[in-house]
Amino acid sequence: MRATPIERRRSRLVPRSSISLTILMVVLVLYTLVPLAYLVINSTKSQDDFFTSFGLSFGSSFNLFQNIGEVFSYNDGIYSRWFLNTIFYVVVSAGGATILAALAGYGIAKFRFRGRNAVFAVVLGAVAIPGTALALPTFLLFSSIGLVNTPWAIIIPSLVSPFGLYLMWTYATDAVPSEILEAARIDGAGEFRTFFTVSLRLLAPGLVTVLLFSIVTTWNNYFLPLIMLSDPKLYPLTLGLAQWNAQSTGTNADPIQNLIITGSLIAIIPLIAVFLFLQRYWQSGLAAGSVK
Amino acid sequence: MAAVVASVSKTPTRTRRRLGIPIGWGFVTPFLVFFVIAILAPVVYAIYLSLFREQIVGGSGFVGFDNYVRAFTDPEFWAGVGRVIAFMIVQVPIMLAFSLIAALAIDSGRLRAPGFYRILLFLPYAVPGVVAVLIWGFIYGPRFGLVGSINNFLGAQIFTPLTPDWVLASIANISVWEFAGYNMVIFYAALRTVPSELYEAASLDGAGPLRTVMSIKLPALRGALVITTIFSIIGSFQLFNEPNLLKPIAPNAITSNFTPNLYAYTLSFAGQQYNYSATIAIVMGLITAIIAYVVQLRGTRKELA
Repeated sequence: MRATPIERRRSRLVPRSSISLTILMVVLVLYTLVPLAYLVINSTKSQDDFFTSFGLSFGSSFNLFQNIGEVFSYNDGIYSRWFLNTIFYVVVSAGGATILAALAGYGIAKFRFRGRNAVFAVVLGAVAIPGTALALPTFLLFSSIGLVNTPWAIIIPSLVSPFGLYLMWTYATDAVPSEILEAARIDGAGEFRTFFTVSLRLLAPGLVTVLLFSIVTTWNNYFLPLIMLSDPKLYPLTLGLAQWNAQSTGTNADPIQNLIITGSLIAIIPLIAVFLFLQRYWQSGLAAGSVK
Repeated sequence: MAAVVASVSKTPTRTRRRLGIPIGWGFVTPFLVFFVIAILAPVVYAIYLSLFREQIVGGSGFVGFDNYVRAFTDPEFWAGVGRVIAFMIVQVPIMLAFSLIAALAIDSGRLRAPGFYRILLFLPYAVPGVVAVLIWGFIYGPRFGLVGSINNFLGAQIFTPLTPDWVLASIANISVWEFAGYNMVIFYAALRTVPSELYEAASLDGAGPLRTVMSIKLPALRGALVITTIFSIIGSFQLFNEPNLLKPIAPNAITSNFTPNLYAYTLSFAGQQYNYSATIAIVMGLITAIIAYVVQLRGTRKELA
């Protein structure tokens, strides 16, 4: 298992650094950073400055804190509501998806039972089914059983992560030695007890990886909430920001670009922080999922 | 992924509960319950819906494959399919080239602080797609955006990213920005698994950097290339968020059938044509599956040769 990134061979074959490669990479980094810089710079502008000043220069006044205040107070503080909704959806969906994937991946990796290969093949076949293709049929099904416009409509589809199961299976296969399970059995421990007391600890790095990707998927979800939810009080941030954007254009426009931009900035900070803190996990997780 | 299925039977333990139900099922069942509710049932229900049609009188009636016949002869649907294929042909190679070059550069050992580039290029992946489109939408804005400022400076409408001619390219640019870094990390991870002895052997044989790339690194990346290509193709065919979010600021360029997903969405929510909408979703799912399968076949065949 590639839990720790392999940082070797640097010393041996390292020639001097290359100027042309560096220039190329700086160009790519600039392309990547310009939109983010645009977001940061414009979050400091008032609505008037936004329309009158150049996109990548600061405005006549520094309005960041005023904008932040307005984001949270606009429309009776609906933004805070969206923020809390997002956190709720993320905690329940990503947490649940990780537990379900861990149990199932571990079950397939460590137990032999009739139908095991069939289960694995069916679930893996679903890895390639994109969420957007499923969303519409899921909406049609959920509306026929009265689940639309409830938090469940967002949570239930997010609980299933075939890719997470696949990651947990690869991880559990190597990280949990069968000898330990044998020993626990001889001691008379039940399989679920062994799982929660012994195996779960060994699976921790894999769990964090799956959790991380589930968090990103749920935090960034747009299509599913868009079709499932009609009550703005249930919206996650993505849908709320999209709604602010839609109401800022058109005939009866209520332009609040400064709030959209500042609200977007606040919405991306938690995920960027998570990624910076958990680098080890996403780098190794992507490796485990794709190198095969 | 076929290889994965084949290798599943690696020495797990066969244990039974007293009731005779294998304990493995106890672990797998919670996942399967939600799998059935959230994946299997919707697919089955969509297939069921696609075989019916709302009648003017008396509910819906069974129509067999009529909806499919309609889909196959529906110019609005195929216009959307054509658009996502054009998008895919341009966007996927550009994005993967970006990712590949960046991964090779970071892995080359000829950059100072390679980890710094890796993290910065990956950052857009942490930005929700909605926010990415909103930011780029502002940048593209002809009146107040960055592009508008540049046009004012130049004194002419040189750049018009939101016109019908350019909007698809503008969307492709957003997708490249969002996912190039993510694919770069996948490539980089694959490069890290190459054993260092291979590089030592190559350098003893007098292989230069270019030769090393062609003979060692690119072959090592084949699996990662196949997977990223498949997922990028799937992403192209499912294009929805970007056009739907740009629609308010580019109403003339983005029609309600701009992509097949947008068409299916419009059919459901503006037209209440659930049966036909389900049919479109299934047809798109099938087309996507076929193309992904062909890419995987070609990718693995090369591996054998």
